[in-house]
Amino acid sequence: MGGNAAEAHPCGFKWVIEAKQHRRAKLVVVDPRFTRSAAMSDYYAPIRPGSDIAFLGGVINYLIANDKIQHEYVKNYTNAPFIVGDNFSFEDGIFSGYDETKRKYDNKQWGYALDDKGFAKVDPTLQDPRCVYQLMKAHYSRYTPEMVSKVTGTPKEKFLKVCEHIASTSTPTSTMTIMYALGWTQHTIGSQIIRTGAMVQLLLGNIGVAGGGMNALRGHSNIQGLTDLGLLSNSLPGYLSLPTEAEQDLETYYKPRALKPLRPNQMSYWQNYPKFFVSLQKAWWGKAATAENNWAFDYLPKIDKVYDVLQAFELMNQGKINGYICQGFNPVGSFPNKKKIISGLSKLKYLVVIDPLNTETAEFWKNYGEFNDVKSEDIQTAVFSLPSTCFAEEDGALTNSGRWLQWHWKGAEPPGEAKADPEIIADIFHRMKKAYAKDGGAFPDPIVNLTWPYKIPHSPSVEELAMEYNGKALADVMAPPDPKDPKAPPKVLAKAGEQLAGFGLLRDDGSTSSGCWIYTGAWTQAGNQMARRDNSDPWGIGQTLNWAWAWPANRRILYNAASSKPDGTPWDPTRKLVQWNGIAWSGSDVPDINPAANPGDTDRVQPFIMTAEGVARLYAPTGMAEGPFPEHYEPLESPLVNNPFHPGNAKARMNPAARVFKDDLAAAGTPKDFPYAATSYRLTEHFHYWTKNVLTSAIIQPEQFVEIGEELAKAKGISNGDRVKISSSRTTIQCVAVVTKRIQQLDVDGKKVDIVGLPNHWGFVGVAKPGYLVNSLTPFVGDANTQTPEYKAFTVNIEKA
Amino acid sequence: MEMNRRQFFKVTGAGLSTSTLVALGFSPAPALAETRSFKLAKATETRNTCPYCSVGCGIIMYSVGDKAKNVKSEIFHIEGDPDHPVNRGTLCPKGAGLLDFVHSPNRLKYPQVREAGSKEWKRISWDEAMTRIAKLMKEDRDANFVAKNADGKTVNRWTTTGMLCASASSNETGYITHKVMRSMGMLVFDNQARV
Amino acid sequence: MSSLQSLDIAARSATTTPTPQAREHVVEVAKLIDVSSCIGCKACQVACMEWNDLRDEVGHNAGTYDNPRDLTPQSWTVMRYSEVVMPSNEGERLEWLIRKDGCMHCADPGCLKACPAPGAIVKYENGIVDFISEHCIGCGYCVKGCPFDVPRISKKDDKAYKCSLCADRVSVGLEPACVKTCPTGAIRFGSKEDMHEFAAERVVDLKERGYANAGVYDPQGVGGTHVMYVLQHADKPQIYNNLPADPTISPMVSLWKGVTKPLAVAAMIGAALAGFFHYMKVGPIEDEDDDGPGERRATEEETR
Repeated sequence: MGGNAAEAHPCGFKWVIEAKQHRRAKLVVVDPRFTRSAAMSDYYAPIRPGSDIAFLGGVINYLIANDKIQHEYVKNYTNAPFIVGDNFSFEDGIFSGYDETKRKYDNKQWGYALDDKGFAKVDPTLQDPRCVYQLMKAHYSRYTPEMVSKVTGTPKEKFLKVCEHIASTSTPTSTMTIMYALGWTQHTIGSQIIRTGAMVQLLLGNIGVAGGGMNALRGHSNIQGLTDLGLLSNSLPGYLSLPTEAEQDLETYYKPRALKPLRPNQMSYWQNYPKFFVSLQKAWWGKAATAENNWAFDYLPKIDKVYDVLQAFELMNQGKINGYICQGFNPVGSFPNKKKIISGLSKLKYLVVIDPLNTETAEFWKNYGEFNDVKSEDIQTAVFSLPSTCFAEEDGALTNSGRWLQWHWKGAEPPGEAKADPEIIADIFHRMKKAYAKDGGAFPDPIVNLTWPYKIPHSPSVEELAMEYNGKALADVMAPPDPKDPKAPPKVLAKAGEQLAGFGLLRDDGSTSSGCWIYTGAWTQAGNQMARRDNSDPWGIGQTLNWAWAWPANRRILYNAASSKPDGTPWDPTRKLVQWNGIAWSGSDVPDINPAANPGDTDRVQPFIMTAEGVARLYAPTGMAEGPFPEHYEPLESPLVNNPFHPGNAKARMNPAARVFKDDLAAAGTPKDFPYAATSYRLTEHFHYWTKNVLTSAIIQPEQFVEIGEELAKAKGISNGDRVKISSSRTTIQCVAVVTKRIQQLDVDGKKVDIVGLPNHWGFVGVAKPGYLVNSLTPFVGDANTQTPEYKAFTVNIEKA
Repeated sequence: MEMNRRQFFKVTGAGLSTSTLVALGFSPAPALAETRSFKLAKATETRNTCPYCSVGCGIIMYSVGDKAKNVKSEIFHIEGDPDHPVNRGTLCPKGAGLLDFVHSPNRLKYPQVREAGSKEWKRISWDEAMTRIAKLMKEDRDANFVAKNADGKTVNRWTTTGMLCASASSNETGYITHKVMRSMGMLVFDNQARV
Repeated sequence: MSSLQSLDIAARSATTTPTPQAREHVVEVAKLIDVSSCIGCKACQVACMEWNDLRDEVGHNAGTYDNPRDLTPQSWTVMRYSEVVMPSNEGERLEWLIRKDGCMHCADPGCLKACPAPGAIVKYENGIVDFISEHCIGCGYCVKGCPFDVPRISKKDDKAYKCSLCADRVSVGLEPACVKTCPTGAIRFGSKEDMHEFAAERVVDLKERGYANAGVYDPQGVGGTHVMYVLQHADKPQIYNNLPADPTISPMVSLWKGVTKPLAVAAMIGAALAGFFHYMKVGPIEDEDDDGPGERRATEEETR
């Protein structure tokens, strides 16, 4: 569900085929389209785009009603026993704490009931009506198979068959993995869809175990790396975050981040936040970051709001942004409502495009006839195009979906005068730094004091940069005093100047630096760990710990202590990850727990060390914008007039906290004009808007098309191969129709709903046949937590051209 | 003679065969067969990672030349790295066609500028491009930097120039880009993880 | 043995001198295509183009995923997609059957039998059937001779082309490019014996999953093939985009070979005509209208 691994991640999908062939695994696919993954499945069920929470909520209801949950796991490793405070409530689709004018929730009303020590109250019997388990049970009791079928369009018997398959993995020795991708993220309720999937997995005891997990099949080769390194409006490297403007000093900044444990003796690893933060500030500002100036806290910008991509183009359209830099990014192709994107770029003073390839963004000002009908002379933006190298022409590391940092090597020189990205960025910076040093300007301090120890200042080497993000000792790093022998001379763990071996060595006193704490260990005194190439798998379960290096601490499976029972022995002895051997945790992976944490202790250390609870959250008292339990809401544009769960409450039709701007909300299409449920997606032959520049890909999938089912084709008089017009409330595009049995008409809420499938990949630049950008059609609306646009569920009309 | 290939086949099909030539000693010597010579024999191998999706498949790039001083390496073949634990030598249709990305006719070779209102690109030098860009950025930052908000709180932010970063670029690129842009106070800053 | 001969040759077109027979302990190879594991990603098509330095035209979408639309001199393998509704335990089940099409490397190759150009088609001891293009006269007999409709004649050089099973890779101990790249392991390569064993395992698995008629496609009408399929519905090969149920070499080719061999008296005429033929096909290179426009179109038809 929510992903099409066969098509989008074929080489990873081979391990699904392997599991089918050698472990007799079953593959179940739930998707609006019968995809290439579905072609490989043991069971397929169709679903209406955007109704995944309804489906998964129905699965939760099924598991509870049929007692198909892994009780020991749920009781011990999730917050099912936690008691929720009195302020939490849910009424006709809206949780407590909602402010309709701001379209925002105040999550203070969702907290746990606390005891006098500040710990959350629990009921291990799970009987308290205010415990998470009971609240969850009540919440999803509405998601009956009949209701699921009504909302999703999945026939009831198919839904139940899928439930049976899923439920079969509730035993401790049977596991299911969920592989999802943009099919779940690109919705106004994307984050909550994924949470619902995670809840299903927790109820089944499938997180932290071999072959389990919620596997995000991420997109670009280094999208994981750039997320880890925090290249997002409100982030800092290593999942630290920028201060808000209310947070004027370190104490208020740390408070919501360095979380104290909510249960006795839990690791609540974010307690170490100050160590990671101070080490980052030392990496960036070195000697200029001192205890006296709060480690240069004020050098960081403080946010008033998230400047995500939708916000950026909204501001651009309002004339509030003057300059924009696109590094290997093609927003004209990738962002929704192309018209709004082009009009935004047209209002800039300057646009800089850094890319190995020509893109639609670089040429947004150029008239390409029907595909980009603009008047160049009216566009006053100066556009710079800077050629960069591609993968083959550079060294460096990429972080894959499994969090492995893999080093790669340069094989040839770039064409013409193309330069590597670090050199381009460094050159711009170096020129600005010189200008600030010479002429001054607005707040030059963070610029002129930025550490710049590189041997060639305008062209830092990748080795220097990798060593910097790993981090080093600025002074000798000492071990804490030994409690058994407090008088012994303190031990030196790392000498001044040495590369650090792990983030456990980071300090908040300024004696260490690290540009990204989770990457500490990537380049140690022993050298570049990311370049390791020993592929041996000594345990025979696919754990190649000496191949490349994975964060954190070379651990391959997160929360792997959950692979053992509360007594420290594995749930499944044939597939051990880590276990307690009487003295320490060990096994085929690096234990994700304090190695000395004895499971026999009262208040033992629980496996979910990053949460303040120590356990996983079925109920999220913080962290989610639209409520602690996922609830089904309709997409902004839906073929339904109401949310069938809350037909009388217009406020609960779409996600009440979604990212949406007034004009876009008003311009949304209605079911009357745009009756068909559309979804956009990728094909295996292409990669986004990139491979239309690649001849081999152009040959095997040359021309833009739209996929529709046989019923819709018949109703509209469309034959296979005809040219058709597809329109949304934004605009109209034209392409070839592929009429297929693989897209079925669904019965939704008493009416027939047809689905229109729109592959991306074509545009006005490239060696493939020119086409319209599919994102001309998609709506400018985003998820409430991630602001990711809703490319997967919108509405269109279709006619023969 | 008005006889095309198909007619020829029809007319002569049952009665003639060039195999009869062999009896007359026409053909065997030149008819010896050789398979196409193996094109990778002494090529230089370089290990890399596929730049498309985040499965992170290992690849081997084969280039002409042994990296001697007088040679310019040219990658002429790419295939999967059989040692890699994830892909074990396999590649999807995009990965298998990486060669055509490296040598795409749409690869950019020189800095260019499109001036305001213009209909075309103009080639410029790196120095000119960098000088102009750095100047534009500094002017914009100096004019629009916000040191304190309306409440008098220190905010030190710059929101009138933004950037989208490449999530197909390396960690080292990502790291230096973040370090540099954040030092300027930039907040309109994202990568493909958002979409 | 010639030093030019890098793989031992078992048979050679239009040649009556016996091929050397001493090296008989050569492993017979085979490519196994497990259709039930094929996701139709076309990585094999790309790997084939890339390895063999081929690039077909950028075509158009004709309402299917099939691109290029057919085998061509530049596309030695293509995926063929069929959407079929099959009966199943729970009523009906939609199946997207995707078959990789290309040369089957028959043990008894119809193309080789039909070929009048000495040494233009060879079969190696390991089972690979290869076109030695410099000897090809472009007559198109191989197209007629092939029970699977695989070879294609190039309009550019009037030579026949098809999959070589990457004989250049196999000869140095590597697997074919398509096999190596296949993301799901739907294409396997090894000794024919091992491929049969692997196929048998797959058939057991498929039967357990409800494909009662799963089986291996290794048609005996052409002496067996060195490219085999595992089919979910081996009883109905036609549903896989017209895979022939019982392929045999055209009777015309058989007749022709059978009758002509004793006709030594025709040798002189044959020589004369063959010389003329060679002139017609290869002689005046600048004569673009050699076949006449009508025949051109017919040849194109064949390659569609």
